[in-house]
Amino acid sequence: MTTGSGIDASSPKHLRDKYAIAGVGETTYTRGSGRSTRALGTWAVRNAMRDAGMQPGDIDGMLSYSGNDSTFAPFIAGDLGIRLNFYMDVHGGGSSTEALVGIAMGVIEAGLCEVVAIYRAMNGYSEVRIGGTGARSAPPVAGDQLHSRAYGWQAAGQMFSHTFMRHMYDYGTTPEQVAMVKVAHSQHASNNPKALYPKRVTVEDVVSSRFIVKPLHLLDCCVESDNATAIIVTRAERARDCPHTPALIQSVAGRVSKPRSDMHYQHGPISTVAGYYAKDILWPNAGVDPEDIDVTGSYDAFTFTALLQLEDYGFCKKGEGGEYVSGGTILLGGKRPNNTSGGHLCEGYTHGMSMVIENVRQLRGETDDFCPIGPDGKRRHTYDYSEGGCRQVKDAELTANLGWAIPGTGSAMVMRKG
Amino acid sequence: MAINTEYLGMPLSVNDLDIENIEYFRYCAEHNFHLQACAKCNLLRYPPTTACPWCTCLESRWVPVEAKGTVHSYGEVHHAIQQAFKDHVPYMILLVDLDTQNGEPSEHEALRVAGNLTTLDGRLAPPEMVRRVGIGTRVRMVFTDVDEGLALPQWTIDEEAEQPESPWRYPQE
Repeated sequence: MTTGSGIDASSPKHLRDKYAIAGVGETTYTRGSGRSTRALGTWAVRNAMRDAGMQPGDIDGMLSYSGNDSTFAPFIAGDLGIRLNFYMDVHGGGSSTEALVGIAMGVIEAGLCEVVAIYRAMNGYSEVRIGGTGARSAPPVAGDQLHSRAYGWQAAGQMFSHTFMRHMYDYGTTPEQVAMVKVAHSQHASNNPKALYPKRVTVEDVVSSRFIVKPLHLLDCCVESDNATAIIVTRAERARDCPHTPALIQSVAGRVSKPRSDMHYQHGPISTVAGYYAKDILWPNAGVDPEDIDVTGSYDAFTFTALLQLEDYGFCKKGEGGEYVSGGTILLGGKRPNNTSGGHLCEGYTHGMSMVIENVRQLRGETDDFCPIGPDGKRRHTYDYSEGGCRQVKDAELTANLGWAIPGTGSAMVMRKG
Repeated sequence: MAINTEYLGMPLSVNDLDIENIEYFRYCAEHNFHLQACAKCNLLRYPPTTACPWCTCLESRWVPVEAKGTVHSYGEVHHAIQQAFKDHVPYMILLVDLDTQNGEPSEHEALRVAGNLTTLDGRLAPPEMVRRVGIGTRVRMVFTDVDEGLALPQWTIDEEAEQPESPWRYPQE
């Protein structure tokens, strides 16, 4: 069997269909949680565990990621009475979720443990602000940082702006095209009761908002929020015993990087991002190609990041990302909606995990929108995507998550409805 | 010797074990831009590294490099997050392709040296100067003197060079 683009899908490889996400959970998204990251992490892992129909004794592995702004796994496990056979807390932000799913599969396969909870707990607004203001901008600028922070080149938007600007120069991408990412995600958020910013916005709202760092306006940038998110990874056969339809993992690309990851701008074209390399792992291992995907979760730390990744993973031709995101494709009701929860631009900021959670719910057919709940406790999705309505994609079978760390590093994952 | 100083009220430090960065900034303090050249393949590299990114050779020598080039891309900060820069918005962060070794060793590679747009004396550029610069602008290096053993390499418009008719700037001013 070959797919449309000639990818050989005849023999499952790299554990395709062997592992699944069996449970997902989160805290509420807030600006000012009033709780510690330990409390938030515990709350989210507990919710994911319950979603998977598991008891503390069922979970024996734990992974977390942070920028030293979280609480480490032994404390979360301790709070929940979980005895661990494996844990690891790694450094990292965006692009970590997908990479850690790959690690979870590997350690289970190697016999280190059986069920892994992965979480990200953060007070990204009230404690360590992701934008870098407050405490984060105070420490001395040391060593290699003299080549960046000494130039006022520190916050994510500042660090990425050269990629974004060069993409506009190389391909004629316009501010109005890019703004459509925010417009689309805000429409999705308006159907998400969890979203911090559920108000629908227009292209004009985006391009008339104040500049943060050109080419980014305020509304091109994601939100800072306090929250925790968690997922449970286990073998597919174990996941089939859980209450919900498993999201079967088809392939993972983990923190794939451009050359010169110490300063990736040395190696051009700088308007190309890590997805250019990651796609050659993601699609062959999954045995599908972009045309097969029903829903995408392309990381939207900024409007531009979602666009650049969709382009470099091959959802459109190189340079046509502006047209792709502004032509209706990424809207609910369009051919391939992106970030149906509203993503980091509108729902809340979780360093990527919430977009994986959203796609798991899409594959289950159980997005938590405003549709009525039937007597069996399940939502009766209307597929009416107007404001305050539905956000379930009809017959979602395959999803792709495209995680972003920096222009030079990204991760990705394809999941299939089990 | 370690560097411990302040720039725009922002503490800067390079510890004494970081010999590549100490050496790099010492040449900058002399207003004499140098980069490491690999002892084996002779390729220049930026920023300072321990090994050659192309051949892994650990030996290098510091060589003077003509610090002129073209703006490859830029960010123009209107909302500073670091206290040091709050009084200087809008400021520009330039990524400049040096003329030296441009397109080597492969087509899309270049020595892309970061720096702010500044006046000749290394002060952050005023808004009217910012508006003149975009992708394609020809620039030359100047230095911001910070302390003994430390000056920051910066970029200013090369008024003697032939400039593009209008450099590419973001469409909204």
